[in-house]
Amino acid sequence: MNPLLKHTTAALLFCTGLLPAQNPYPAPAQTKSILITGGTAHLGNGQVIQNAAIGFRKGKIDLVADASILKLAKDAYDTIIDATGKQIYPGLIAASTTLGLIEIESVRATIDSRETGSMNPNVRAGISFNSDSKILPTMRTNGVLMAQVAPQGGIIAGTSAVLTLDGWNWEDMAYKLNDGVFMSWPKQSARTWTDDGPGPLVANTDFGKQVTDLNKFFADAKAYAETDKPEEKNLRFEAMRNLFTGTENLYVHANSVKEITETVDFAKRYGVKHLSIVGGIDSWMVTPLLKTNNVSIIFGRVHSLPDKNDDDVDLPFKTPYLLHQAGILYCLNQEGDQEYHQNRNLAFNAGTTAAYGLSKEEALMSITLNAAKIMGIDKTTGSIETGKDATLFISSGDALDMRTNHVEFAFIQGRKLDMYNEQQALYERYERKYGQK
Amino acid sequence: MKRLTLITLIVCTCFAAFSQETFPVNGPFNKSHNYYAFTNANLVVDYQTTLANATLLIKDGLIVEAGAVVKVPKEAVVYDMKGKTIYPSFIDPYTSYGVAEPEKGKRMALSPQYESAKKGAYGWNQAVKPETEADKLFTADSKAADELRRLGFGSVLTLQKDGIVRGTATFVLLGDGPDQEQILKGQTAACYSFDKGTSTQSNPESLMGAIALIRQTYYDALWYGAVKTKKEFNLSLEAFNNQQALPQIFESTDKLSDLRAAKIADEFKVKYIIKGAGNEYQRLDEIQATASKFILPVNYPMAFDVEDPFDASLVSLTDMKHWEMAPLNPGAFAKRGIAFALTTADLKDKKDFWKNLRKAIQDGLDEKSALRALTAAPAEMLGMADKVGSLKAGMVANFIITSGNVFDEKNILFANWVNGHPYTMIDPAMPDLRGTYDLKAGDNTYKLKVTGDLDKPKGQLFVADSQKVGVSAALTQKGYSVTISYELKGQGNIRLGGNISEDPLLLSGKGQLADGAWIDWTATLKEPFKPEAAKKDTVRKSLPKLEDVYFPFAGYGKKKTTTEKAADQKQEDILIKNTTVWTNEKDGILKNKSVLISGGKISRIADNIDVPAGAHVQVIDGTGKQLTAGIIDEHSHIAISNGVNEGSKASSSEVRIGDVVNSEDINIYRQLAGGVTAAQLLHGSANPIGGQSALIKLRWGKAPEEMKIKGADGFIKFALGENVKQSNWGDFNTIRFPQTRMGVEQVYYDCFIRAKEYDQKMKAFASLPEKDKVKAGAPRRDLDLDAIAEILNKKRFITCHSYVQSEIMMLMHVGDSLGFQVNTFTHILEGYKVADQMKKRNIGASSFSDWWAYKMEVKDAIPYNGAILYHAGLVVAYNSDDAEMARRLNQEAAKAVKYGNVPEEEALKFVTLNPAKLLHLDDKMGSIKPGKDADVVLWSDNPLSIYAKAEKTIIDGTVYYDIDEDKLLREDILKERARIIQEMIAEKNGGAPVTKPKPKRPRLYTCDDEENDYLND
Repeated sequence: MNPLLKHTTAALLFCTGLLPAQNPYPAPAQTKSILITGGTAHLGNGQVIQNAAIGFRKGKIDLVADASILKLAKDAYDTIIDATGKQIYPGLIAASTTLGLIEIESVRATIDSRETGSMNPNVRAGISFNSDSKILPTMRTNGVLMAQVAPQGGIIAGTSAVLTLDGWNWEDMAYKLNDGVFMSWPKQSARTWTDDGPGPLVANTDFGKQVTDLNKFFADAKAYAETDKPEEKNLRFEAMRNLFTGTENLYVHANSVKEITETVDFAKRYGVKHLSIVGGIDSWMVTPLLKTNNVSIIFGRVHSLPDKNDDDVDLPFKTPYLLHQAGILYCLNQEGDQEYHQNRNLAFNAGTTAAYGLSKEEALMSITLNAAKIMGIDKTTGSIETGKDATLFISSGDALDMRTNHVEFAFIQGRKLDMYNEQQALYERYERKYGQK
Repeated sequence: MKRLTLITLIVCTCFAAFSQETFPVNGPFNKSHNYYAFTNANLVVDYQTTLANATLLIKDGLIVEAGAVVKVPKEAVVYDMKGKTIYPSFIDPYTSYGVAEPEKGKRMALSPQYESAKKGAYGWNQAVKPETEADKLFTADSKAADELRRLGFGSVLTLQKDGIVRGTATFVLLGDGPDQEQILKGQTAACYSFDKGTSTQSNPESLMGAIALIRQTYYDALWYGAVKTKKEFNLSLEAFNNQQALPQIFESTDKLSDLRAAKIADEFKVKYIIKGAGNEYQRLDEIQATASKFILPVNYPMAFDVEDPFDASLVSLTDMKHWEMAPLNPGAFAKRGIAFALTTADLKDKKDFWKNLRKAIQDGLDEKSALRALTAAPAEMLGMADKVGSLKAGMVANFIITSGNVFDEKNILFANWVNGHPYTMIDPAMPDLRGTYDLKAGDNTYKLKVTGDLDKPKGQLFVADSQKVGVSAALTQKGYSVTISYELKGQGNIRLGGNISEDPLLLSGKGQLADGAWIDWTATLKEPFKPEAAKKDTVRKSLPKLEDVYFPFAGYGKKKTTTEKAADQKQEDILIKNTTVWTNEKDGILKNKSVLISGGKISRIADNIDVPAGAHVQVIDGTGKQLTAGIIDEHSHIAISNGVNEGSKASSSEVRIGDVVNSEDINIYRQLAGGVTAAQLLHGSANPIGGQSALIKLRWGKAPEEMKIKGADGFIKFALGENVKQSNWGDFNTIRFPQTRMGVEQVYYDCFIRAKEYDQKMKAFASLPEKDKVKAGAPRRDLDLDAIAEILNKKRFITCHSYVQSEIMMLMHVGDSLGFQVNTFTHILEGYKVADQMKKRNIGASSFSDWWAYKMEVKDAIPYNGAILYHAGLVVAYNSDDAEMARRLNQEAAKAVKYGNVPEEEALKFVTLNPAKLLHLDDKMGSIKPGKDADVVLWSDNPLSIYAKAEKTIIDGTVYYDIDEDKLLREDILKERARIIQEMIAEKNGGAPVTKPKPKRPRLYTCDDEENDYLND
């Protein structure tokens, strides 16, 4: 074992024994350069380097090479991590999540994901993000190092933010504070609610009105965006401005063919520059439309049941493959029940897509570089490439498989994370109780 | 003898109103005791006897004689029925004719209502209302009666279709009144259903709750009827007992609920006449085995509007096939010899009755059975065969007069006689005006063509022979007078009025021209009317056949194979060669082994097993694959019909998931594709003591009873924490006890102490000599306490939903002090905090791998829970509580490796052998060992890997899922859908109404689903 690694492990063990049940300290900025050698590097862009040398300093990757042919001065890097037999991955990016906005789903006081009203582009997830959420460290220990945190509810839910998952506060963690506007295409049908509980699905009688309202809102917002100095400032329209210039994305929850088609037409009508469909259950059926209009997909949870009884049993598992085959830019997310804490299983959703058509490297792209591309942050993150952020992790085995996913080291922008969480503290506490340790 | 028209007679009947014996009359009495004789008729005496040239003689509403040779008294009014047919009028055994619908009850508060809101000395549950008597609610409704009479019905059973125990139905005639003369029998049948109707009371809130309520009502009534000194007077139970001798009718809304009703009937040794749902053909073997009689609706689903391919995708193959096959339901009953009657019930528009019945005939229902189902069958079922259903001396004069075979599409119903009173649709004595005439009007001669319906003739006038399209001539026939009006170019409107004379048919009279001048006119018949050939009312290409039914009736279902039909044929052996075997036994993981499956059991494991020549063995090459025991989900809520929680009481141990197993749930197949072979279907966690579990194997295609594991121990769901104290149910659910963890403990003490006392009382009674038993009277059987007493007697075992350590400790202490042991703590997310306490008591754990943060009580949940419990020596399982996760339980097991380094072999046991142990099934399942059930899965990879796929899932030696066969099933679904879509479009193009497809998403249950959805899809 590398002496440094030995030292670190010992220190870690020592520390954890003393740690009370609270989140680990945020990591300080990278001061010493680090070289990871010997591991298999999955770059996130589809490439693999078997015996890799990955170097980074001041938070940026400055070396991505094959260690077997690389000639490097002994002191080129301050610290060397021997990753022989291990796997190196770019940090995983959880797309469209309420992580940090919900702490405990059943406790209303801990929920900050849904504002009242139907048109709220101006409410911002980033400033509400709970940097001290107990859930965040459980993401990092499974390789999820960044998240796109998005509001929910209403028609236009609000503005999302991309954050890293380590820092003292949201300002530290913000990667792209105003990332894009999240909305839901009006539903054609909705489940009714009766005195006795949920009733059958019925047509949404407000559908027409909701579409009309949306059209008016977008038309007004677009006109408003034409001038820098409006007569009166309108916070809602201000928040829409960047959709028309293209510096922010429009993310629309849409699942059926009709919802997706209507959404694409709608975005085109108002000159929205970047449209991304969130959910996209039926997206595989309309790939030519998506391709022509340059629409990307944030595909809903792979580990879902098929939408319809007669669907192929594995349809959600293989839809990413179908999108990939059609050349659609897509990434995965965990939309659905308990999505905020379930994001630690993001890698396994990608793993499933690798069992259903994709190569493992393609599957990895869907939770790293593709996500970064969709969010427009791929110039600086999303893959292990020189010049990009040193946001990456080392797992002792295949990270896409729960059987072997074991994250030993993780770095966000070169900062070495304390790989600890409250759940581990409880684990150790009770291992002690039973003398298991 | 002079022909009388019936019109005059109808006038007479008006005077006959209030002719009841006991009523005083204003003015002179006006009673007529005439005989009416219908001669020369084609007389259908009953469904199997037709007499030609026969006579029907009636008097005072009763049949005097019906036969080929009948002496007609001189004083009889005689109707010549030459060319006409007389049938006994039809009987609808399931209507709410003339009985007002109950008002939908309004719940007074936003909080749930746990007690009955009904005032008076009635029973405890508002949905049990045997005291309802339809005869007291009945009043004739001439509009509704007319509608039914026009279909040929003369009498109906009618009831108030509301509630679970609905009280008595009454048998009435379809005359316009007075009411006193319409009721033929006051209390005719007792009626039941699973639908609580307008009751605002919380209980029941699930189908299984409704079943338990009915069962408890039977037991209560038995006790009430036998108890010597009554401490309570209960009008509901009095009524219930009084109506047990009547025919018992149970309304069901699904084929599986038919079977559920029949099961109740068996338990209480009653016979239900089951008002079916119309989809019985989908499980006809089991339906037939109930030996019940049925009342069948003919309300077939409308075709879907499937021209939009995306809309079409919303329609399931189940609904598509049902649209196609529904009309074969009655015919299938007839062919199997299952007794049934037909009803107009459930038809949105009663006018569709004949159209739909003819469809059934087209799809295989023979006319004789159809007639029987409309006459003798309902009469016999309801004990009314001596009054209605055939035409015999002494029976009610209820009959219809038709132009011929009543099942012919062109048949005309002339009159419907009810109780000796005629209701005439078309006077059978009226001359048929249809034909081609020479019309002389003044100086002009035209050709007049009369077509259309007998009662609505249409005229067309042709000025010259060469004319193709005639001028429309409005023709009105009233008795023997006729008017004709037409407009000719240049002449204006010409109106003719006159009379009809017969033999030969001649119309003549006076007319007026447009200028006011009067003319004479005559129309002489030249050519009699020739009816057009009947147009087929369907455009279906092929008729559905019963053999085409899928089991279950859904996509991925299969037709019954010939092997399955030949039950005596021996099951094929399976040999899996050269594979890696996770034995779950002390042998551990064996490489390059062959496993022989024979007679549904694992027979041998060896390096090499040769197939004897000529043996029936399916050989599977297992090279590169891995074989494990089937996955067992200790905590599942799939395959359950209509509600998983009966949370309307703190203890609902009387409800049984076993009553509501749903064999048609697609998630069974989906989970087979994930290697699941068995599951415990659990009640939810809405109350401290929930319902009894069902242990099933995922035998996709089999009926519910066949899915259950025979000889399995009984289990019951308990629950602790936020759900049972209703913490997350909103601000109005704050009145049911308990609302705190303190209260939860007291529920257990209360229930168990009462159950102990109850058990002692029952045992003491059972040990009495027979004669003393009679004297003492049996104690009231309480299904709730029964189940809890079973726990005390170690015949039923607890699976308890649990999270935080305080409550887990509490329940263990309650158990210690009352002498019972929890079998399994399920979820048990803080189990790691009390592992030693659980170990001490040998209690098992069935946990989630990594769920947390969804409720306050799972704040301390950790994914290392399983590992700690495992290392502490407990039997640990991982379960799903989720229809989706259940199909990846092998991956959940792998998380025990990830979080806490449980050895892989042991981790796999978390979802195979360990749940088998927790469910007391490990003598039969959970490992690959000769003699155990052949419930195995062949995986493409290490079963704990995310990349592993179940390629074959085998239960009892039968392959229930095969990854290659799955491809064929998908193709079959695609083709079947495409075929039926073509048929639906043809139906639409043929002018039939269609309905727009709507998304239909069945609810998936988790523990937390406290909502009532037992009446929804």
